[in-house]
Amino acid sequence: MRCVVGIDLGSTTTKAVLLDDDGKVVGRGITNSRSDYGVAAAVAREEALRAARFALLERAVEGLGEASTLTDLLREAFLLETYLDQLAELRREILALLAAPWMAQHRSALAPAVTEILDRAEDQAPGLFAAAGGRRSDFFRDLAGAAYMAGAELVAERDGAPFDRVLALYDRAILNVETRLMPHTFADLLRRAAARVRATRSSGDAAADVVVLRRVVDEVTAEPIEELSFVGTGYGRQTLPFPKEAIRSEILCHGRGAHWLFPGTRTVLDIGGQDTKAIQVDGGGVVTSFQMNDRCAAGCGRYLGYIADELGLGLHELGPLALEARKTVRVNSTCTVFAGAELRERLALGQSREDILAGLHRAIMLRSMSLLARSGGLSNEFTFTGGVCKNPMATKVLGELVRENYGDEIAINTHPDSIYTGALGAALFARDDVRAGKPSGLPTFAEAAA
Amino acid sequence: MSLQTVKNPHPPGPPLPKGEGGARRPPPAAKDASQERQKRMIAEHFQRLERAREEGRKVVYTFVPGNLTEIVGALGMLPVLPEINALQSGMRKKSAGYIAEAEKAGHSEDVCTYVKCDLGMLRSGNVGPTGTRLPEPDLLLLSYTGCFTFMKWFELLRQEYHCPVAMLHVPYQAEGKISPEMRQYVVDQLRDKVIPMMEGIAGRKLDLGELSRRLELSRRAEDDLVAVWESARHRPSPIDGYFGGVYYIGPIFSAFRGTEDAAAYYRELRQEVEARVARGEGPMTPDGPLAEERFRLVVEGPPNWTHFNDFWRMFSRESAVVVASTYTRVGGLYDTGFRHDGERPLESLAEYCLGCYTNLSLPARIDLLQRYVETYQADGFLINSVKSCNSFSAGQLIMLRELEKRTGVAGGFIESDLVDPRYFGKANIENRLQSFLQMLAARRERSYA
Repeated sequence: MRCVVGIDLGSTTTKAVLLDDDGKVVGRGITNSRSDYGVAAAVAREEALRAARFALLERAVEGLGEASTLTDLLREAFLLETYLDQLAELRREILALLAAPWMAQHRSALAPAVTEILDRAEDQAPGLFAAAGGRRSDFFRDLAGAAYMAGAELVAERDGAPFDRVLALYDRAILNVETRLMPHTFADLLRRAAARVRATRSSGDAAADVVVLRRVVDEVTAEPIEELSFVGTGYGRQTLPFPKEAIRSEILCHGRGAHWLFPGTRTVLDIGGQDTKAIQVDGGGVVTSFQMNDRCAAGCGRYLGYIADELGLGLHELGPLALEARKTVRVNSTCTVFAGAELRERLALGQSREDILAGLHRAIMLRSMSLLARSGGLSNEFTFTGGVCKNPMATKVLGELVRENYGDEIAINTHPDSIYTGALGAALFARDDVRAGKPSGLPTFAEAAA
Repeated sequence: MSLQTVKNPHPPGPPLPKGEGGARRPPPAAKDASQERQKRMIAEHFQRLERAREEGRKVVYTFVPGNLTEIVGALGMLPVLPEINALQSGMRKKSAGYIAEAEKAGHSEDVCTYVKCDLGMLRSGNVGPTGTRLPEPDLLLLSYTGCFTFMKWFELLRQEYHCPVAMLHVPYQAEGKISPEMRQYVVDQLRDKVIPMMEGIAGRKLDLGELSRRLELSRRAEDDLVAVWESARHRPSPIDGYFGGVYYIGPIFSAFRGTEDAAAYYRELRQEVEARVARGEGPMTPDGPLAEERFRLVVEGPPNWTHFNDFWRMFSRESAVVVASTYTRVGGLYDTGFRHDGERPLESLAEYCLGCYTNLSLPARIDLLQRYVETYQADGFLINSVKSCNSFSAGQLIMLRELEKRTGVAGGFIESDLVDPRYFGKANIENRLQSFLQMLAARRERSYA
């Protein structure tokens, strides 16, 4: 398989997209950007490569009868194996912290508590990755964090284990775990996943047949994936191991990606973690004008993150909750921190969480409307991208504001994979480079320690 | 507005790679003669200021746009330009402290940072760019040419120095042209109010012959400066008309218009630029000569002074050269034909004041930018909008859209500040600028495959 790679190193998440010769997406990867952009880029790309191999796998098992079931089972088992590897790494890290001399006085209290917490997390892991597991996040930090927190609450309540100290161990350890690349190859993990699938299936099951599985796994892992060209973009693009020619501005990439997803697009609004970009593109997807927030990032994704923290909610819960509002409370503060204060004040006054959240959503979308206006306004098809477009209240409010300001004629697009728009645009630029005969030199990615 | 004592406008950068195109950068010692001359002129001016009190010379504080340097000089007085002191403080990394000092005195965060920097400098001992204490003013010569902050600025200085203010009110060019009545109004003020007041301070009558002589020297310098600006028609342009340009406006926008020194400086500069054209050389950058010209830009708005070289490198490292800028016209607009004229001393001074870029209306500014985009065949134009300037930042987006419409050339918009380092977000500005330049490159190819 020959492909090109686009990587979007955002302030919150890092995304990678693999495109084949026809411009079809064959793999996508996403990870949190952490404090180490190099690792984030390597992880996102590795994940995209794995996704591409799963695409190959899907092709290989076609015609095996329950093909899709088998692919799904293997994917779940694969994710579970990956998670268990990381949990084991987390355990090693925590035990190493406990072994430090200055932990001596706490060791006897902490060691059994931590061991029980991690054992529980391991036991519960298969449930997380089963089809109906309902994972709230795809990031190890979040999944392991939730499991660890639940375990810590339990041992603290039952045995009086020192809760803060137990959590502090996790906070320290996770930083090291997530900035370290795991050494296991795709082939190792897939073989282990296949073994797990075999073990859980009945013996008469054709698809889980040892011979069939082995053949499929060997075929898929043996097929070379040739990455012809890379283009990097996003906030951290300068830190990516890419040559200068292979770096594109995220403005161009988002415009290009959105136009590729929706060719009628003339205006793009991208709201990411710390950037809001209003971009105008022409009929070929070329950017003609843009505006970005400057000096202040209120109104971006982090604003919602902050509000979620204030309310003790998950980020993904904000939108659905706000949709239940009966009215929209007017929020005046444009500063994120002040908006947090306003939120607490209004809660204290007895206003409902839902109504206040509706107001907060409106406040951030109003800021976007100002950028849109400054970039040249809306006159045609409009595409909303970035992490914030996953928030249903944000899209709803945006739709209302667009209608109020520009009438009912504007089509508004959102795409379920819009978080990958920038990486997609970058991959399209990489494809241009290949076609123009100037493939970028392959970058050196961070590698797992031996 | 221009520069006085910049250490080295073209500091040595890393050597260029040997090999193809491999002329190595000349050693740092090979500094242009005009640079050395400017440096000497500035040093001497500040020495004169330092001795002003003991020598009994009078000192006039005044502004760059609408300055009356030939009159000041003909009366034997010395000018001090607070705007230039402020931008110098920005470049010397002193402005943050001065601004904090002014804020302590109660000036709000949103006040023009030139004003706050100047007031802070005053409160910190009034030590000028060369490290010596500046003499206090005997007169505040306030020529009002479109920036309404100027009036408040000198009102504040008057409270500090308890000295008289001579105000020249220059009518705004609302209709985009100078009418005979407007010119007469300024001439009348000069003749009846401003010059008599200056004579009173100087203790002598203005020698009109001397004034005319100085105005002729101005004209000569102006001719040569215009030739320098127009050299940017060449490809590659031998000059950067913004970052390099602020060095070129140094003498003529400050204490030297109408002097032999300035005339000699501009003659020398013009010859150097012509020699660069003959050799097919691009402009100098902080890292040596620009090897390749990928983007030709027109820029509106002043540069940021606190990160001047960083800002410049954001352009030069992307092989972007500024072929014309409006900022380098704030102290006098000469490339539309105006010249000081010894035969019509007061009339030409009036026309000078009326024609400063700061005194132009929004449509006239758009016309000028359009002319620059077309004359210098720019690939794009860029607005650096100043956060703390409530006078000239207004309407800049209208200018941008209108210019895009008229020229078909793409516009970009970045925001920073004059001398408040808090408003220079390097990553943000760089991101926008790179996006803008990549957009120009993409538009050049028109559409993707």
